[in-house]
Amino acid sequence: MLEIIREYGLMLLIGEYPHGKLGGLALTLIISIVSLAVTFPCAILIALARTGQSRPLKAIASGFVHSVRAIPLLMLIFWAYFALPMAIGFPIDATYTLIIAIVVYQAAYLGEIIAAGIQGLPNGQVEAAKALGLGYVPTTFRVILPQAIFNVIPGIVNQLTTIIKESSLGSIIAVSELSYVMLQVNSNEVTKPLQIFGILAATYFILCFALSQATNWLERRIANRRTGRVLVEVIA
Amino acid sequence: MGYHLDFGKVLQGEYLDLILQGIQTTMVLFVLSWIFGLVLAIILTVVRAVKFRPTQLLVAAFVEYHRNVPMLIQLFVWYFGFAVVLPDAVNEYLNDIGAEIGYAIVALALNKAAYMSEDFRSGMRSIHPAQMEAARSIGLTYLGAMRWVILPQAWRLALPALLGQTLILFKGTSLAAGIGVAELSYQARYIEEQSFRIFEAYGIATAIYMLISFAIMWLSAVLSDRFRLRVK
Repeated sequence: MLEIIREYGLMLLIGEYPHGKLGGLALTLIISIVSLAVTFPCAILIALARTGQSRPLKAIASGFVHSVRAIPLLMLIFWAYFALPMAIGFPIDATYTLIIAIVVYQAAYLGEIIAAGIQGLPNGQVEAAKALGLGYVPTTFRVILPQAIFNVIPGIVNQLTTIIKESSLGSIIAVSELSYVMLQVNSNEVTKPLQIFGILAATYFILCFALSQATNWLERRIANRRTGRVLVEVIA
Repeated sequence: MGYHLDFGKVLQGEYLDLILQGIQTTMVLFVLSWIFGLVLAIILTVVRAVKFRPTQLLVAAFVEYHRNVPMLIQLFVWYFGFAVVLPDAVNEYLNDIGAEIGYAIVALALNKAAYMSEDFRSGMRSIHPAQMEAARSIGLTYLGAMRWVILPQAWRLALPALLGQTLILFKGTSLAAGIGVAELSYQARYIEEQSFRIFEAYGIATAIYMLISFAIMWLSAVLSDRFRLRVK
């Protein structure tokens, strides 16, 4: 076990870099954080549409959320990797197609989390903002969203854990993230699959376990800070 | 060069057979892992409820492993890792009868057992301890109180989460393609490779996934409503 770490440890962390493309754990983290960052504004738009007054927007957002929840992520990845370049007429790097698929998938889930945060706020917030003469935009962006998003921070961090786990699907379309690197190590070594996949599982475990502990801690802290009734739906 | 959608090309002969086989394999994976997962989840919940520290810790470790490691990696660990522990003769026999699907069912079932046991546990936890005390004080035994007071409420509280897990499991069966199980997404990929009908192959597979997922969602809504806990 130790000699595998000694021999392939650096590869596990950064892939073939600097002799080739950046990969391994570093790429997994980059993909996850970029995906979350791109998902975030999309999720806010979906949450606003879901909780807003406009019926057509509500219907579109709810149709999107329900459709995405009905499709496996792998199917979205196949669409993004095989069909999308065909549809737009030029090739896209596999890493980007993975990020696109995760963003579409997570926009639905994160959108629901933020929508739950908005619905969890007491009505008085909107009424007070109106009474002060604020229009829709300042009410939404300066009163509702800052509070709603603060309340669902644990849900958002939890979603980062989910994205890290989902990025492992990149190994199926040859994105050189953590899982793919270890699959390659496995085909080099052949005789030690249990150790190699044990190390791989342990790496994900340490990362995701730490993040989920952080989620619990944040949840307690935020619950203490907001003495009002706040429901945080954590979707596993 | 225009691309003409022609679903007829994929929905006939050999390709249609592959799609139907794919659906069948997906459903076998789904149903068997669901049943095994649920049974194991109940056992895990009971073991964790017994106040004996070492077994409680073991169950907690089991749950945390399955929650914090990607599903795909859990499949890899079984498919690549576990196989080397077995003697060669056993492996040869397993490969003859199709080991991939067996490993996939084991991995999916263990994963769902971990999540479902957590759902049961949080269902149990949301019932106030005073209910147990009250039940015992009117003369019910511990098991009697469980049977007549705690469990009838707990399973209703856990039901929505369990139904959510059911949908996640159904979608999760697609990951078995990663270890070469010929289920629906694997077949879609294969048909696409053979026929170059990208949009048709993935379109049909996606439509089938959506259809079954919507059925699961609809049934979940009906069941959640029917068994909602009305007394609080």
